[in-house]
Amino acid sequence: MSELVLPVLSLIVFIPIVAAVIILFMNGERRDLVRGVAVTAALAVLLLSLAVYVGYNAQVAEVTVNQDALLASGSPMAGTQMFAEGLAYEEHYEWVPSLGIGFHVGIDGLSAPMVLLTGMVALAGVLVSWRIDDRTREFMAFFLLLVAGVFGVFVSLDMFTLFFFYELAIFPMYLLIATWGWVELRQYASMKLTLYILVGSVVALVGVIAMVLVADGFFRTAEGAAVLQQAMAAGIVSPGSTSFSFDMVNLTLAAEAGAFDVPGYGGVETLSFARLWFPFIFIGFGVLAGVFPFHNWSPDGHVAAPTAVSMIHAGVLMKLGAYAALRAGVQLLPEGAQVHLPWIVFLTLINVVYGAFIAFRQRDFKYVIGFSSVSHMGLVSMGFATMNVIGMTGAGLQMFSHGAMTALFFGCVGMVYDQAHTRDIPSLGGFIKRMPWVGLAFVIGGLTSMGMPGLSGFIAEYPIFTGMWAASEQITLQAGGLVLSNYYSVIVVLAALGIVITAAYVLRVTGQVFLGEFNATLYPDVGDITITDRVVLVLLGSPLLILGVLPGVMAPMITSGVGPVLAILGGA
Amino acid sequence: MAGFDFLGSLPAIVPEVGLTILAIIILFLDVYLPGERRRNIAWVTVLGLLLLAVTPLVWAPPADPASQLVWGGMVRHDTLAQIFRVMILLGAALTALMSIDTKAHGRQGEFYLILVVATLGACLVSAAADLVMVFLGLETLSIPLYILAAFRRDDLRSAESGMKYFLFGAFASALMLFGLSILYGFSGQTSIYALAEVLPAASGEAVLPVLAALTLVVVGFGFKIGAAPFHFWTPDMYEGAPTPVTAFVSVASKAASFALLVRFLIAVFPQSLVVGGHEIQAFWVSLAALMAVISMTLGNVLALSQRNIKRLLAYSSIAQAGYALIGVAAIQSQTEQGVASVGFYLFMYTFTNLLAFAVVVFFSEATGSETIADLAGLNRRSPWLALMMTIALLSLGGIPPTAGFFGKFFLFNAAVQADLTWLAIVGVLNAIVALYYYLIVIKVMYVDRSADEDQPIPLSRASGWALALPCLAVLLLGTVAAQPVFEWAVQGALALFQA
Repeated sequence: MSELVLPVLSLIVFIPIVAAVIILFMNGERRDLVRGVAVTAALAVLLLSLAVYVGYNAQVAEVTVNQDALLASGSPMAGTQMFAEGLAYEEHYEWVPSLGIGFHVGIDGLSAPMVLLTGMVALAGVLVSWRIDDRTREFMAFFLLLVAGVFGVFVSLDMFTLFFFYELAIFPMYLLIATWGWVELRQYASMKLTLYILVGSVVALVGVIAMVLVADGFFRTAEGAAVLQQAMAAGIVSPGSTSFSFDMVNLTLAAEAGAFDVPGYGGVETLSFARLWFPFIFIGFGVLAGVFPFHNWSPDGHVAAPTAVSMIHAGVLMKLGAYAALRAGVQLLPEGAQVHLPWIVFLTLINVVYGAFIAFRQRDFKYVIGFSSVSHMGLVSMGFATMNVIGMTGAGLQMFSHGAMTALFFGCVGMVYDQAHTRDIPSLGGFIKRMPWVGLAFVIGGLTSMGMPGLSGFIAEYPIFTGMWAASEQITLQAGGLVLSNYYSVIVVLAALGIVITAAYVLRVTGQVFLGEFNATLYPDVGDITITDRVVLVLLGSPLLILGVLPGVMAPMITSGVGPVLAILGGA
Repeated sequence: MAGFDFLGSLPAIVPEVGLTILAIIILFLDVYLPGERRRNIAWVTVLGLLLLAVTPLVWAPPADPASQLVWGGMVRHDTLAQIFRVMILLGAALTALMSIDTKAHGRQGEFYLILVVATLGACLVSAAADLVMVFLGLETLSIPLYILAAFRRDDLRSAESGMKYFLFGAFASALMLFGLSILYGFSGQTSIYALAEVLPAASGEAVLPVLAALTLVVVGFGFKIGAAPFHFWTPDMYEGAPTPVTAFVSVASKAASFALLVRFLIAVFPQSLVVGGHEIQAFWVSLAALMAVISMTLGNVLALSQRNIKRLLAYSSIAQAGYALIGVAAIQSQTEQGVASVGFYLFMYTFTNLLAFAVVVFFSEATGSETIADLAGLNRRSPWLALMMTIALLSLGGIPPTAGFFGKFFLFNAAVQADLTWLAIVGVLNAIVALYYYLIVIKVMYVDRSADEDQPIPLSRASGWALALPCLAVLLLGTVAAQPVFEWAVQGALALFQA
């Protein structure tokens, strides 16, 4: 753990909030000043999140060595200790101590890349919205609030704080889409998206409250109290922790000690808390990650949203769902994960293949990208379902890679649409001649999405498939009298088909939009993009290349992040 | 009780004494102030009420439960009473503040006079510890409100509103009085803190009459808090009454009745009360849970189709009463969480609803309209009004960083702890339905266009304060102030169980 005087993570969360409040108090007519404040705030948080990322990356080797030692020690709370000691930049303040709620933030190997991604997409979003003239003040203020909520979720180490920021992010998104979105769809899409996500999250909220209560009951037993005492003495949980606590470390401790696996929950002999609640919590958050059949909000939402919001939504918010599902689902309810992920993997397969198919069928440029997100996010959940280190690392990498890639895609779509005023694929063509930057960026994004080696998509997807293959022999699914074994290998073959379809639609779009003949009579005014747009493309495109060539800058970090999760999964 | 200690008992009723003095001052000002200076009456009321809102904190209740029952057992000077008095006095002050610049009654002294008397009743209700005081307090609260609802005599809707409110209110009072008289008839006791002990023997272990009395009282309260299925008066009364009056009824009257409801149920029908082998608490807990489910569902579903913003808020307030009843049902866990969450919920609800109604007041003063469709383009006409309304609606919907998120969280947490997870699930799903119509209003303000969107809505300085103060409270209660206020509510809840 590093001792840092500056509360970096709080700054990352609160700078956008403060900037949003300042912007709301400014004169709405002075648009350039508003934009200036917004871009300054976004740049500041990007630099801070980069500093956090680099700072954590320097510790990764040490963290990994420590984790191996802990695993070898065979301590019954090794997983929790790995989790607690892998955290950095921690800040812990009391909020509502009587209910065990604290403002506890920190990052580990899983959240650090997400923080960096959010920083990048936030700045890109502000820049790409440069030309919004209708109520710029409100737009920027709500956008920054949304960014603050997203940051808050990724750095939260307390389930209550996590929910607080999760819900905080949802409302500004609604207003941004409803007000500045695509006129024909925005009202329907924004409401649908908001209600879908909220229903999922509030059901998960009740589940988490119930989880805290079960943990409380466990820590009150003699055995549980001893575990808590021991963990406190070892400095794993914060001193003075009560049995009733929303702190993620405390809940992880309860999970590892098996508090949620006790059979007989709710009077049913074969049911444990984890078995009952895992689907609700995992899929409740998974709604935001676009898990089939709750993915329906996502393409409409992405298409209706203004470019910046599509970017942050597909790029970052969907990861929010996956991240929260991983934390609250897999990490805290390991037994539930072992029971339920083997069938949830079928849903993820549908995501991957079906999403790709639908994307292939679209005429609307933006819908292609919207459905491709559904497809790629399926790979993230599939990585979780492997429950081994390769696959989960791949899932973490895919979250980052897809985030940057899809934000880049939506940026490209927005830039084309701004000038062509249509997104109908067959009527476009030859745009790379007038917009070389956009064309190049789209090709890079497209190759990434196909999983071309040398780009980040390959680095992310290859381990997921390998992980699936490796997991195949370990995982069997039992439903009634039916026993399925070794079926992950079949799934991985089918999922690989999804990649082929991805290649097909990416090539089709590239060919029809960017290559071919440019129709100068239809689009007389199309010219090259502005400097701010170029910054956006470079900002989002370069990580794809860097990660593709140098996976070492992120892969070990994510591996160190999934270590504790797997230790708990194995120990359950 | 050892001899009567006048000076020692006085702190228990400082707010009430102060309110009486304030009422007299207003009466004099009303007579003596000439026309152009009559706006000062409102300012005197606002400042007086704000000053009085501090008194329950200055003259804090004694720590020893035995010495909290004062004035011959009429009032109980405990932390619960303290919280609710502060809440009610602040609510009244904000109501007066938003009335200052209304054309209809902004300069009428008697409006403020009656408001202060109603506040006096509400303060008494929140501390009442005797059946006589219960009834007296409720009537002191209700009768001025009937008058206020019909305050605009030239307006038919206002007259209808007052008449409806009066008829339903009188009916509810009669039912409640009947229930109270059954309890008194059994026991010969009027102190609610003495009833529980004697009730099993006094009723001859006959459970039915006790349940009948309980049901009658709860139904009476159901009317006062506007919970379904006793909510029929709410929409018409809310729509017709002058908007500041609606605001006051929706918060102060509701808060006081809730304070009394939890005090009454815990004191008279505690868990230990077993009549004829039946646990009475299980009965009223299911009654509260049932009313909660009906109120939430009915309120939210009916709100979906409303076109008038005041009617929408009326149905939403029925649903809000339903949420608070979740906390009442959660009392069965015998922890302080249930009552504490009710206390916190009403505390934040007071500011939230006053904020929403303040926006309605200023908007309809400027435009003469109360329909939701006319809110179109409000964000362009007055960004601040739109933002304030948004914050209020988000708080009602339970979205952070507003107070409503904590309010709902505490309630659902209490319900899950009380083994009422199903009720929490019903609650959260209802919260989603509610969010739908709140978001529609927000959408109208931000997205829809209107022909008058280039006409700004001017706000006076008093109006600015009437918006800024509750808005600040809502945001603070949603972040840093949640902890101290919740702790305070926990103390208030513990006071009830110490009796």
